[in-house]
Formats: sequence, structure tokens, C-alpha cells
Amino acid sequence: MLKTFLLAGTAIAIGAGAAGSASAQISNDAVRIGVLNDRSGIYADLSGEGSAVAARMAAEEFGGNIAGAPIEIVVGDHQNKADIAANTARQWVDTDNVDVVADVPNSAAALAVQEIMRDRKHILLMSGPGSTDLTGKACSPYGFHWTYDNYAMAAGTGRAMYEQGNEKWFFLTADYAFGHSLENETTKMVQSLGGEVAGTVRHPLGTADFSSFLLQAQGSGADVIGLANAGSDTTNAIKQASEFGITQAGQNLAGLLLFITDVHALGLEAAQDLMLTTGFYWDRDDATREWSAKFESLHGSKPTMVHAGVYSAVRHYLQAVKDAGTDDADAVSAKMREMPVNDMFASDGKILPNGRMVHDMYLARVKKPSESQGPWDYYEIVSTMPADQAFLAPADSGCALVN
Amino acid sequence: MFELLGVPPQVLFGQLLLGLINGSFYALLSLGLAVIFGMLNVINFAHGAQYMLGAFAAYLLGQYAGIGYWWSLLLAPLAVGAFGIVLEKTMLSRLYKLDHLYGLLLTFGLALIIEGVFRQVYGVSGQPYPIPALLQGGQNLGFMFLPNYRGWVIVASLLICLATWYAIERTRLGAYLRAATENPVLVQAFGINVPVMITLTYGFGVALAGFAGVLAAPIYQVNPLMGSNLIIVVFAVVVIGGMGSILGAILTGFGLGILEGLTKVFYPEASNIVIFVVMAIVLLIKPAGLFGRER
Repeated sequence: MLKTFLLAGTAIAIGAGAAGSASAQISNDAVRIGVLNDRSGIYADLSGEGSAVAARMAAEEFGGNIAGAPIEIVVGDHQNKADIAANTARQWVDTDNVDVVADVPNSAAALAVQEIMRDRKHILLMSGPGSTDLTGKACSPYGFHWTYDNYAMAAGTGRAMYEQGNEKWFFLTADYAFGHSLENETTKMVQSLGGEVAGTVRHPLGTADFSSFLLQAQGSGADVIGLANAGSDTTNAIKQASEFGITQAGQNLAGLLLFITDVHALGLEAAQDLMLTTGFYWDRDDATREWSAKFESLHGSKPTMVHAGVYSAVRHYLQAVKDAGTDDADAVSAKMREMPVNDMFASDGKILPNGRMVHDMYLARVKKPSESQGPWDYYEIVSTMPADQAFLAPADSGCALVN
Repeated sequence: MFELLGVPPQVLFGQLLLGLINGSFYALLSLGLAVIFGMLNVINFAHGAQYMLGAFAAYLLGQYAGIGYWWSLLLAPLAVGAFGIVLEKTMLSRLYKLDHLYGLLLTFGLALIIEGVFRQVYGVSGQPYPIPALLQGGQNLGFMFLPNYRGWVIVASLLICLATWYAIERTRLGAYLRAATENPVLVQAFGINVPVMITLTYGFGVALAGFAGVLAAPIYQVNPLMGSNLIIVVFAVVVIGGMGSILGAILTGFGLGILEGLTKVFYPEASNIVIFVVMAIVLLIKPAGLFGRER
């Protein structure tokens, strides 16, 4: 009796061992993806829960598991604070067995998380942040910057505005890592073309009243006011510029980073004719329309480029895990770099040695109310910027991984 | 042309005027807080959320009932005030016997809940609210372009502030109110219904926040977070003016708006902390606030 019991026990143990071997290379028998972003503050609409929805959509394409190991999505709110972001990432990686962290808007938060992930040898998929330092002096062999960056914004919107005759710039800059970087990239772009910068004001993140800064910008005599900020900072500035007659008096506005949720919040009346650069627009082709319709049915709004980028990055990561047959960070990063990125977000996207994923970017104009067919029909794509022009060459990035 | 610290006078006048506009909001909001604290001894942390409710009430009235700005300016504060009365009757009134801290904690919790609900339903990007047709456009003052609507904000805020000050400090009803805060038992003995008066005072303070919210709706996005951004500054204003001082709240509100406006010219990075620096200094030198009485 006792003998039979022991035998049965051994049989179960062997069976469990055999089942385990199918996913032996997946650590802790699960692929755990942590979507870390702002879920309650000013960037919650452009990233937030939508990014988690996008990651789940990517996981679903793999049937929710890789070689029998389930794909799990966990979420975290970093509240736009670098220390909270760093602590969450550290806890996820050290104690919760999270394999990869995704999104991380707010460059200050992303820079902090990049350090932790490099140290712990875990992959970081960045869709939300804009700072070029993430693939420059703070680059990491495990850090991938996916959707856009401030150089691309400068190369797109900055150049286009200059070519329309806006030679003298004034910057309204969000006073933290992201704003500084965006201002810096655009300044370099404008100066290289022969333009000049008349002045800059740096405002705290989450400013409600921009009238004082706008008046200073008006007094500077600049041709164009470059908004080196994002989210509700940008929408408030645009709304108040129109209220104070800035644009009517002949000064132009350049929203250097504008998301479709910002345009939605402003309404076309206030946002019409703004030029912007984007990595994704839902109404670009059949594949983007189909994916976006599914996203909308799950989330209630069309995706921003950040949402689409999270999907693309997570999908690419999962494909690499599947092909490499392991979730070991070195093997998976090598595989990710080897494969071209082909999905509804990017065609023939490539990952450069500094971790920058390069793909086509789009220069768009916000439609007039009369041109729009309905909700979310907001952009007219003016031109496509090929991948090699949209992003900084790795050799110029200052990344130590590039020789 | 003379310059002041490297800033041309036109720019300076412009910034002073803009400071006055922001000060209008500080004054209206801190007035409501001061009224509530003065009469109820409750630190109303839900004030920011109630300001946001005022803006949302205007937005929702416009969206679903087709009611325009001017009617909203009357109806939205009434609705928000009524909501305040419900809160007072059902929850706040149970805490009067306890320490101030309990009222603070309750209203802080309510603020988080209200904001959370609106954030869940409307997201954080905000909803657009147009400037009423009558007040579109603006005046060229020579040194700056003043949008008509901003001018109206100053006028409306001043009117309401002065009316409130007059009602509390110069009328018979105000005298009852002030007496009831000093000695509620005695005032009740004279046949005045003190609990009802306290409830209405809270409703009025909350309605002031709602009124400020409607005023703010066309300037800022109607946004669930708009109150939490402002409430801390407004508390600093009340502390500087002196907790519970009506005139102190009004004068400090306008004054600090101007100070903040000036900071935006000389050192914009510090514009969101200058008020707290002043608060720290005032607390060190005159702990009861500029217009407050030592108790």
C-alpha cells in the first residue's frame, strides 16, 4: 500500500518534470510583461490603460502563451515621478519575476528605469518617452526606444515649420528632462538650417495658466512659438494662445509633440492647421484601421502613437522570445536586433546598435472642422519621412555601444 | 524708454494684469475656504474637487441640456452648493464634536473619490468649453491684448468677493453668523436655528467654489485634475491671509496672484513655489497670518 503510494508519487513527479521541460527556457514558467506608465496624471490618456490594452492585444496574437508558458501583463502607475518609477521597476524585476518593462512615458522616469534594467540585465521597451539620451549617453544593450524621439519631432515639425518661413523661434519648455531635450533638438535643427532662437521660458510640469509666458513669447518678436511640452501643458498653451490673439496677430505655433488625444481634447476649432509629427495614425492604411477599430472596441478611443508603439514593441519582443526559445535577455535582444520589425505599426523597421528602432515617421496637418468626416478624423498626412532621415544616426548619438 | 530690472514697462503692466486675473481665482476659492473655516471650523479639502465639479456642471449642462454659459453661471453653483449641503447633512455634521483633523481627513477622502470618478469617466485630457459669444475677442490696451473674457473674470470675481464680505461683515444675517461661531449655544437661545445656518454656510462656501469652476471652464480645459492642481496653492493663500479671515483671503488672493505673475517674468522656474516661500516666511514671522487673529 505504502509502496504503491510512493510509486504514484514518483510518477506524478516525473510527469511534472516532463511538462516543465517544454518551457524550461522560460524563467519562472511565465513571460511577465510590466506596463509602467502614468495612469492618473497628465499623460494618462496618451499612455495609461491604453498601453496595457495594446500589450494584451499583442499577447493575444500568440494565443496568450509561448511554448506553454503563459504571457502575463501587469500594470503600474509611476505618477510621473522618477523615484516611483525606479522603485516599481526594481520590485517587479527583483521580487515579482517580471521579465520585461514596457512604455514608461516621461523621460525622467524612463532614464531612471533604464539604469535599473541595464543593471539587472532585463529588457526595457520604451514607447512613451521622448528624450534622445535614452539611445544616447544613457543607452543600454537592453533598452529599446520604439515609437518616436525628440530628434524625430525636430526633424519633422521643426524643419517643416522652418521651411514655411518661420526662422525666428521662441520656446515654451516643460522644465524637466523631456522638455529640455526637445528644446535642445529643435534648436539644433533650426540653427543648422540658418534660423535663430529669440528666447526660452521654462515652465513647471502641469502648468494651468500660460498667458504670462505667451505674452513674453509675443514680446520677443519671434515668428513661431515652439511648444516643447506635452499633454495638457500643450493643449492649455494652444487654447490660451488663441484666446490672447497670438496666432491672429501673425505668430505661428508649433506643437513639437502632439498626440491625437490632445487634438481630441482641444477640438478641431482650436487645433486646426497645426503641423505635427507622428509615428502612427490610425487612418493610414487597412492594417492600421483594422487594428485601431479593435483597440477602440476595447478601450473606447482611437490609439495614440504610444499605444500602437507598445503593441509593436511587445509583439516584436514576444516573437523574439518564441524564436530564440528562451527569455534570456541577451539571447532575446540579439534576436530582436536580428529580425526586421514588420507589423501594422512599422514596415521593415530596424533596431540600430544604440537601441533605437527606426521606422517611417509622418508629417501631418490637423484638419479644419469642415474637412473632418467625424470623431477622430483629425489628420491629413502631408508627407512620409523615411526612417533614415527621421532618426539620428547612431554614430552621432553619443551612445557608448556604438563604435 | 526706462526699464525696470531689465524688463520694459509694457511687459510689466501686462504681467501685473495677468497676475490679477489668476489672483481672481485664488481670491474666489480662498474666500470660500475662509468662510467655511471661519464659521464651521472645518478645513474643507474637497474645495478643489468642488471647483472642478462647477466646471463639469457647466460642461454637462451645455452638453446634455443645451444650457449656455450665463445660465450655467447661476445653475452650476446652485447644483454644486446643493451637493455640498448633502455632504454636510449626511457626513460632515457628524464630525463637529471631534478634532479639526477629522473634517480635513473626510473632505480629503471625498476629494479623492470625486476626482477619481470623473477621471475614470472623462479621462485626464479634459473637455473643451467655448468662451460665450458675448465675451469673445479682446481689447488692445497698448501694452497688451486683453481678452474680454479675462476682463470679465476680474470684474465677476471682485463683485462676488465684495458682496460676500459685505454680507458677512455688514448685514444682520452676517452678524448672526459671526455670533454663532463665537457662541453657538447662546445664539440658539435667542431663537436662531444654528444648525441650519451652518449647513447653509457650507453650501454657500461650496457654491463659491462651483462659481469659480464655471468662470475657469472657458479658460482651462474642463479637466478632472483642475482642482487638485489649484487647491494646495489656495490653501497657502488662506494660511498667508489668516485662517478664517474674509478680507484677508480676498486681499491675499489678489496680491499673491500678482506676485506669482511677477515671478513668471523674472524667474519662471520658481513660479509654482514662490507662494509657498511667502507662506513659510509669513508663518515664521506672523503665525496667525497677515490678517488673522491670534486665538
